[in-house]
Amino acid sequence: MNKDLKASAPTDSEIVLGILNNSEVVLKRLYTTYFPMILQLIINNNGDEDDAKDIYQEAIIVLYNKIKAGDFELNSKLKTYIYSVCRRLWLKRLSQMNRYGGDIRDFEEHLPVEEEIDNHNDRDIQFGKMESALQLLGEPCKTIMEDFYIKNRSMQEICERFGYTNADNAKTQKYKCLQRLKKLFFQQK
Amino acid sequence: MSDNQLTEFIERYLDGSMTAEERVQFELLRKNDAAVESKVTEHAKFIGLLKQYGERLELENRLNAIHNEIDVHALKEEVMIHPVWIVRLWRNHHSKISVAASVMIFAVLSVLIVTGKLSNERSKYEELKGQIKTINDKVKHINVNAGGRTPVRPKATTPPANFRGTGFALTSNGYLATDYHVIKNADSVYVQNAAGESFHAKVIYTEPQYDLAILQINDPSFKNLGPIPYNVKRAEGDLGESVYTLGYPADNMVYGGGYLASAANYSGDTTEYVISVPVNPGNSGGPLLDEKGNVIGVITARQTQVAGAYFAKKSTYLLKAIQNIPTDSLSKTLNLNTKNKLAGLSRTQQSSKLKNYVFMVKVYNQ
Repeated sequence: MNKDLKASAPTDSEIVLGILNNSEVVLKRLYTTYFPMILQLIINNNGDEDDAKDIYQEAIIVLYNKIKAGDFELNSKLKTYIYSVCRRLWLKRLSQMNRYGGDIRDFEEHLPVEEEIDNHNDRDIQFGKMESALQLLGEPCKTIMEDFYIKNRSMQEICERFGYTNADNAKTQKYKCLQRLKKLFFQQK
Repeated sequence: MSDNQLTEFIERYLDGSMTAEERVQFELLRKNDAAVESKVTEHAKFIGLLKQYGERLELENRLNAIHNEIDVHALKEEVMIHPVWIVRLWRNHHSKISVAASVMIFAVLSVLIVTGKLSNERSKYEELKGQIKTINDKVKHINVNAGGRTPVRPKATTPPANFRGTGFALTSNGYLATDYHVIKNADSVYVQNAAGESFHAKVIYTEPQYDLAILQINDPSFKNLGPIPYNVKRAEGDLGESVYTLGYPADNMVYGGGYLASAANYSGDTTEYVISVPVNPGNSGGPLLDEKGNVIGVITARQTQVAGAYFAKKSTYLLKAIQNIPTDSLSKTLNLNTKNKLAGLSRTQQSSKLKNYVFMVKVYNQ
C-alpha cells in the first residue's frame, strides 16, 4: 500500500462494502485509519499500547460482525461508532481493574452503545466456553472438529490425515468427538 | 435408528446433501418426533457457534497481522499527551502528597494550639512603640560632630534613646499625654519638639489598663507652649468619620490620614477605636484628631494580621485618667483647654498649628 492511500481515510461506505466483500485491503485500511485515535484514548486514560490493541480489536470485531450481520446502518460516522465502542469497553475494563478514577479524558464525541456491547459480551462468553471445551477435548478430536466444521474439510481428507482405514471409522470417531465436545461445552457454567 | 445415524442424517439434511426422497422422509420424521426436532435445532445452533468461533479466530489472526505492521511505538509518542511535570507528580503521588499535607496541617495546628498562638488574640496586636536602631543613631551623632557644627539640641550630650513614641500637650504649662507602653520601664524620659529641642520629662501618672500615661515637662529650659489650639472631645466619634494623626514614626513628624472604622477593636474591647490610618512603630501615643481638630483618641497599636487595621484609645478614657491623677502629684495646675481654635481651618493649616504641640517621646532604659 502506498503512502497516499494510507494517508487518505477511506469513506464509510467504502469500508462497509469492503467488509461485506471480504476485502483484506479495506480491513487493513479501516484498521490503520482509526487505530491512532484509540491509542490516544487509551494511553491518555491509564492504559498502555497492549490495552489499546485489545480494546481496538474488540471494537473492530463488533463493527465487523455488525456489518456482516447486515444490521449496520450508517446513521453515525464510523469513526464516532468505533470511538464510542472503545470508550465503553475501556471504561468497563478500567472499573474491572479498579483503575477507574471516575473521570475519562475524551478526544472525540461519542454515542451510547451499551446494548451492542452487551450482545458482543454474551457472544464472547460462548466463544470462551467453546475454546475451553476444545482444549479439554484433546487431540485428535480437536483437530478433527476444527478440520471438519471450521475449515470445511471433507471426511476423505480427514481420513487420510489421521490414517483411518475407512471413512466409516472416521465418521464414528468424528461422531464420538462431537458428542464429547457438546458434553464439555454444556457442562460449563 | 442410533444417535450416530441420526446425527449423520441431521448433518446431511442441514448441508443439503440428501436426495429429495430422503429429505421428504426426514422432514416427516422431524414433524412427528419432537425429540428429533429439538436435536436438529440444537445441532444447528451448536455447529453454528463452532463455525462462528472459527471465524472469530480467523478474524483475530487477520487483525493481529495488520496490527504487527503498525509502528505502535512511534505512534504512541505522537498521540501521548505529556502533562506538565507538576500534574504528573500529582497523578503519580497524589495519595502520598495528600498524606504529607494532612500531617503538615496537623503538625502546624498542634504547634499553634500548644503554644497558645491560636487562643491569644493579643499575639496579633503590636504596640507601636518604636525601637530605635542604636547603630543608626550613633552614626548620625558622629556625623554631626565630624561636621564641626554644634548640635542644634540644647542637650548635645543626650545619649541616643532606646525607644521612641509620640506624645501631645494637654496644657500650655507642660503636661503631655502618651501611651503607657511607650514609657513603661523607662529610666528617664525626654520629649523633643518639632524644632528638635529636647526637654526632660517625668511620668506623673499611668493607667496601664488603658495604656495611658501623663507626663510633665520639668526642664528648666522649657518655656510656656502658648494656648493649646485643640480640646479633648468627650463624645464618641462616628463611624466613617475622617480622622488623622501626627506622630514620630521617623525622625521627622509624619502625618497620617484615614477614617474611623469601628467603635470596638477585634477582641471586642470597646475602649478602643479601629481606625484606618496608616501608622507605624513610633506613632504610639500620638493624638487622633477629627475633622474639626478635636482629639478623639490616642494611637495605641496595630493588628498584625489584618492589613490596614490600627487602634486608638478613646478620648473618654484619657479624660478619666486625667481626673484620676492624685492632686499631690500635680505641681502645676492641669486645666484642659475647652476651646477649639482649629474648627474652621483646613487640614494643612490644622497640621501646621498642631505640630508645636506634638512631641517625640524618647525613652532611655538600661
